[in-house]
Amino acid sequence: MSSSSSQRFTATPLSRRKARQEALARWIFCGMAVAMIVPLLLIVGYLFERAWPSLSLSFLLEVPARGMTEGGIWPALVGTIYLVFLSLAVSAPIGILAAVYLNEYAGDHWFNRLINLAVINLAGVPSIVHALFGLGAFVYAARFGYSIVSASLTLAIMTLPVIIASTREALASVPRSFREACWNVGATRWQTIRAVVLPNSISGILTGVILQVSRAAGETAPIMFTGAVFYKVVQKGDFFAYGLHQQCMALSMHLYTLSTQVPGVKESIPFATAVVLLGAVLLVNATAIALRVYLRARKRW
Amino acid sequence: MMDLSITTRDLNLWYAKFQALRQVSVEIKHGLITSLIGPSGCGKTTLLRCFNRVNERYGYVTTTGEIRILGKNIYDPDVSLVELRKSVGMVFQRPNPLPLSVYENVVFGLRIHGERHELERARLDEAVEKALSEVGLWDDLKDRLDTKASTLQLEQQQKLCIARLLPLKPEVILLDEPCSALDVDGTRAIEELLFSLKGRYTMLIVTHNMAQARRASDECLYMLLGEIVEHRRTEDLFLHPQDPRTAEYIEGRYG
Repeated sequence: MSSSSSQRFTATPLSRRKARQEALARWIFCGMAVAMIVPLLLIVGYLFERAWPSLSLSFLLEVPARGMTEGGIWPALVGTIYLVFLSLAVSAPIGILAAVYLNEYAGDHWFNRLINLAVINLAGVPSIVHALFGLGAFVYAARFGYSIVSASLTLAIMTLPVIIASTREALASVPRSFREACWNVGATRWQTIRAVVLPNSISGILTGVILQVSRAAGETAPIMFTGAVFYKVVQKGDFFAYGLHQQCMALSMHLYTLSTQVPGVKESIPFATAVVLLGAVLLVNATAIALRVYLRARKRW
Repeated sequence: MMDLSITTRDLNLWYAKFQALRQVSVEIKHGLITSLIGPSGCGKTTLLRCFNRVNERYGYVTTTGEIRILGKNIYDPDVSLVELRKSVGMVFQRPNPLPLSVYENVVFGLRIHGERHELERARLDEAVEKALSEVGLWDDLKDRLDTKASTLQLEQQQKLCIARLLPLKPEVILLDEPCSALDVDGTRAIEELLFSLKGRYTMLIVTHNMAQARRASDECLYMLLGEIVEHRRTEDLFLHPQDPRTAEYIEGRYG
């Protein structure tokens, strides 16, 4: 008996093989996860290296000079800020309120399923199609012309479905028991939303909205068709450079122009423009994360 | 002859095509604790949720028959759900204090139902003290009214959930397995609390715990497959069940 009991619980060939498979699986999964950050580091590193000669504060504040072959990017930076803020000022309220309706009020019947379907499909429409729609709807039909308004509205339409989706997710993450508690003391749906649902989902909602900043800032096609131009004369450092009915420059468009349309651009300038675009987007995303951490820390359940 | 608080007649309820209640006719006496027992899925919770019509928030529900609370049919077209739920409050299995302070939890109902000018601080303070005293939390919490309700112990949270109903002066308190998330001491504390509230409120308690039904209720309803099998004084039901199905259940041979 003693010989058999000493062999108990020891590894068998089968269990050793399973252990090897386990280790292999672990390394493969881990390797894929690491592979995700490699391209990011390479892109950022490459951009910075090539952009280095041009990066400075004056690059941000200067206007392009000598047929855009030298100078800075101030007009494009301001234009992008205008476009992003105006588009989110339109899409965020509409998107959030629509999501509240869909998540809190709408029952499960054909009309609301249709709205859901529309939201999902709208999110999948390519940006060039949004651009064409914007051109037809805002530039021509609504007679806004090629302008910041048209371009912002086009971007708003583009970001709307994603804002709706992310807001719904944030709302759905509020525990049902909170809603039940409200219903059972006779709160109306609106009272429930205001007292409990919104305060507990606001961090998720804001994060979703802010993440759309990067999309709105990065898209080129929609604004190219509706309101962005190659070049516009702007004073150095003038923040109120554009009227809403005017066309504007934008970073993404500027990058495209410098890289493909203008001969003899100083080599580091397009890269520096890309770094600014990337930096602005990362800055905004970092703000979103910080905000989320702050608001998370305040709520506890 | 005691006053009746809730009566139902031929109450039927369907979730989409599934019939969850069948011809339920019961009479719940005023001021007593009535327990609802029966195996899982027998319709106890469904019946409970009928009494403040909160079932309708959970999807496709069809109801026929009538429920009278203090003589008024709650399915009459002129019934306001807001007013109904003010009078018929519910306590849940897991304590669900709102993510607010203790104070705000207690006055939540008042804030929801009152006009702004009725909500002076003094009146709210008084309501909080009264409600928390009634559930025996005042001494423990009077210096901590600003703490988040979700940081309290479970037993305190559950008491708070009961206290939250009281400022609205409810007629009926529905309790859906109020002790199943609590330990033995918590359970006893809640049962003692219910006992102290007896007489002022009509209380209906759904429970899986037969011993609890036996200890804590005056009358007992045994349900099976959406029907009421037996409804008698708790003592009688447990000692001399009339229906063989009740006997099987309380003796542990079924369920």
